[in-house]
Amino acid sequence: MEKRVTFKGIWLPILLVLPQIVITAVFFFYPAGQAVWQSLFIPDPFGLSMQWVGLGNFEYLFSDPYYRASFVTTAVFSILVTVVSMGVALYLALLADRLIKGAGAYRTLLIWPYAVAPAVAGVLWLFMFNTRVGVVSWYLGVLGYDWNHVLNEGEAMGLVVVSSAWGRISYNFLFFLAGLQAIPKSVIEAAAIDGAHFWTRFRTIVFPLLSPTTFFLLVVNIIYAFFETFGVIHTITSGGPQQATTILVYKVFSDGFVGQDLGSSAAQSVVLLFLVSILTVVQFKFIERRVHY
Amino acid sequence: MKYSTSFIAGAAVLCSAQTAFAQTEIEFWHAFTGRLGELVAEQVETFNASQNDYTVVASHKGNYSETLNAGIAAFRAGEQPDILMVFEVGTATMMGAKGAVKPVYEVMEDAGAEFDQSKYIGSVKGYYTSADGNMLSLPFNSSTPVLWVNRDMLEEAGIDPDTDLSTWENVGATLDQLKEAGVDCPMTTAWQSWIQLENMSAYHDVPFATKDNGFGGTDTELVFNSAAQVAHISALGDWAKEGKFIYAGRRNEGGANFRSGECALFTESSAGYAGIKAEAEFAFDVRPLPYWSELVDEPQNTIIGGASLWVMEGQTDEEYKAVAAFLNFLSSPEIQAKWHQDTGYLPITTEAGEKTRADGFYDENPGTDIAVIQMTANEPTNNSKGLRLGSFDQIRGIIDEELEAVWAGDKDAQAALDSAVERGNALLRRFESSQR
Repeated sequence: MEKRVTFKGIWLPILLVLPQIVITAVFFFYPAGQAVWQSLFIPDPFGLSMQWVGLGNFEYLFSDPYYRASFVTTAVFSILVTVVSMGVALYLALLADRLIKGAGAYRTLLIWPYAVAPAVAGVLWLFMFNTRVGVVSWYLGVLGYDWNHVLNEGEAMGLVVVSSAWGRISYNFLFFLAGLQAIPKSVIEAAAIDGAHFWTRFRTIVFPLLSPTTFFLLVVNIIYAFFETFGVIHTITSGGPQQATTILVYKVFSDGFVGQDLGSSAAQSVVLLFLVSILTVVQFKFIERRVHY
Repeated sequence: MKYSTSFIAGAAVLCSAQTAFAQTEIEFWHAFTGRLGELVAEQVETFNASQNDYTVVASHKGNYSETLNAGIAAFRAGEQPDILMVFEVGTATMMGAKGAVKPVYEVMEDAGAEFDQSKYIGSVKGYYTSADGNMLSLPFNSSTPVLWVNRDMLEEAGIDPDTDLSTWENVGATLDQLKEAGVDCPMTTAWQSWIQLENMSAYHDVPFATKDNGFGGTDTELVFNSAAQVAHISALGDWAKEGKFIYAGRRNEGGANFRSGECALFTESSAGYAGIKAEAEFAFDVRPLPYWSELVDEPQNTIIGGASLWVMEGQTDEEYKAVAAFLNFLSSPEIQAKWHQDTGYLPITTEAGEKTRADGFYDENPGTDIAVIQMTANEPTNNSKGLRLGSFDQIRGIIDEELEAVWAGDKDAQAALDSAVERGNALLRRFESSQR
């Protein structure tokens, strides 16, 4: 039996949800609407004049092979960041879950990188991998590997992925650890008595029971890789070499703020808006079905 | 008695009101931090202390791009500063913004201020003048690319440190020798588009874009894929392949490699002087930017990089008077000579250059006048006056990408420059339609 609270009039419920609606409208619908509206014009930077172009900005975008290539770059980048940050975090969480001594210290230390701002993280990694003075690239040189992310596209991608994933590992670790500790010990012990090894227990019990956490992190991490890695890319590669690390969000920035091409920038925001809506629908419609709560 | 006190009080109020009125305050947004920021603050303080009518309030608004964006956003909100610093690639954007900016010559005229445009060095002001020769903005910090040489490294490699490096042919031969001597980084560059394409074109008097490099209108098209530029980029590409030219990054990342004594030759702005002088623990030298003797007998002049000061629309006459006074103060020989000597930026007036020479600065710091000579040796042509292209910051980004493809060996010079021209032209067409 469901419990329902019913209101007699219409005004009280409206009044109660009004703050939420107003906030959503002012801070979300209005700016998003502005972006859609602006994407139909080519404005001059100072807002002195606007040329109506209809869907011209979108035509211009999609006829540009470099913009289309940016979708692939974004997909590769986001998947790599998500897999790396979640994989490593899960591994560390499994180890931490089995800790008996010093768990608190271990956890605290692992959380620290999360406090480092993405741009700063980018600078730190750049220092280590600097082609001329970086510590890591120097050791790689000793081993006979010539590290040069300034010209090598694969290495540049690797570097921005690692730098972006690094800070996220802490965040994911926290959630995974909490998720692991919420799994009743009795279930695992029962399986152990039945003779299931660690890997079998993980595959058949722990991982399925962890799926709500994993699903949540998947959504959050993809959004992160899409939108919040801007600082890392800006400080390390500025989208290069060539266009190897120009993800969609970076292109919005460079067209809008470097090129002052607000029409194209707005059109790209609208494309991103669609992309994220589709992603969200896919995630909740298809992946969530496989999640056990 | 009662009457007189109230009279005095009234007079006092009136007086204080007048002093508040008399002190016209103007806002100046700039992009300098660190040492340069301190020097700007010093200029402003000197101006404020030198007279009682005007007060300049300077604020730092981030790097060049951020400062321009701050200015644009402020204008849209009706809160624009009186003076905005804009880097040279933003020139076309600012020029197109009629109704947002007030040309400097007009500001001077309206304010009745003394303003003799012939005092300013042609190749410096040329970048910022209209087709009919009027100055639209006031050049603030201008530099030009030169060749920096690590003399110790040449000597160690068994090369005469005074060897002639005035042509790229000679540089090529020297790079061979350096490589043979086992030098890891014979040459590197900063700002590749600015130095190896924009300046290369002006220096050899070949067009970078049609319509006099964009000075003649927004319907300009890029043409830097002609034989001269392709030959130069192709040579650099070959050197990159052979490990004689090391690419360090899109901006001035190569500076660290040169200053640490790792690279022998370095093409970089003349304004790199302060940093190199402070850090280099080796004997170094400034040389003119090399040219290809197979292309020209004599090089034309190089063009500038840096920023200029734009005056924004929508201020009061009183404020424009203050702006005029401040801009004239900045152009005065004393202030300019000091700025030139402190920073390595070019002087904007001939007088300031002469004063610096008379002060004996060039004798004490040999090579610091190379940039000035290189800029002023010839009267600028339509190909060497400067560049006026919309979305130019982004076009530079495209050039960076395509050049990286050459350095990595993915594309040959012709294919890369063709592609850069095509992609850049698409942006120019968009800029053109935004200006209608």
